[in-house]
Amino acid sequence: MVLGYLTPRHPAWQLREEMDRLLSGFFGDGNQPAARRGHPAVNVWETNESLWVELEVPGLKGDELDVSVVDNELSIKIERLDVHEDGVTYHRRERAVGAFARVLRLPVEVDANRVTAEMKHGVLTIELPKAPSARPRKIQVIAAE
Amino acid sequence: MSNDARITKNEAENSSSAEQTRCGQCYRPNVDIIEKSDELLVVADVPGATGDSIDVDFEDGALTIRAAVAPREDNRNYLLREYGVGDFFRTFRVSEAIDAGKISAQCADGVLTLHLPKAEAAKPRKIAVQSA
Repeated sequence: MVLGYLTPRHPAWQLREEMDRLLSGFFGDGNQPAARRGHPAVNVWETNESLWVELEVPGLKGDELDVSVVDNELSIKIERLDVHEDGVTYHRRERAVGAFARVLRLPVEVDANRVTAEMKHGVLTIELPKAPSARPRKIQVIAAE
Repeated sequence: MSNDARITKNEAENSSSAEQTRCGQCYRPNVDIIEKSDELLVVADVPGATGDSIDVDFEDGALTIRAAVAPREDNRNYLLREYGVGDFFRTFRVSEAIDAGKISAQCADGVLTLHLPKAEAAKPRKIAVQSA
């Protein structure tokens, strides 16, 4: 796959993950058992006109997300608040809370001004229209007489 | 805090004798189960599901959550595919101390919240001791 560097299996990515984990273990965040730091899983696909990024963020409202495009990087920041109540018993706590961030390097140039993000039933869909230079252009082949 | 209304997890594959007719991957939603003095609260992450696509059944002490998620178009040219999309399914065995008639459910932003009120007999009752 050409876009191998985007995947979490890439050594550079794994190194970064490892460093993040080490640092967060030493400094704060590790003290709260329920708070998990990590990156949300994303699906990315492309059409002729756009790149699309989709992620599952159940329970979040649109204004609790921070999506930004700088140069050719898409950055997504999410914070799921811990709504722990006192005086109750938790039998199960599987739903992750805490801060999640993800930076994706985009494989093509996008038009940052026209990026749109839509939140629907806990699924965030981001459309990144490709810059005109990055779109495929069909070349008409003229048959010589 | 009494621990009468215990919930234990059942593997979906074993507990259900019937198979799904729809093919495709089924996912187990992450849940929080919170016990309060008067009710059990089950909070499940079901991103992509809407209120009318979710079935919640309570039968013979088994609480079943089934959430249908609309499939994405399948001819997408994926560059990165880190999670799969499919229906959510999970079953819990709940003790009989639940008032089944009063179970209520809400779904908002892909989070399903189930309120399972405890039966009267299971609620903690404070008994005043009178001094003679």
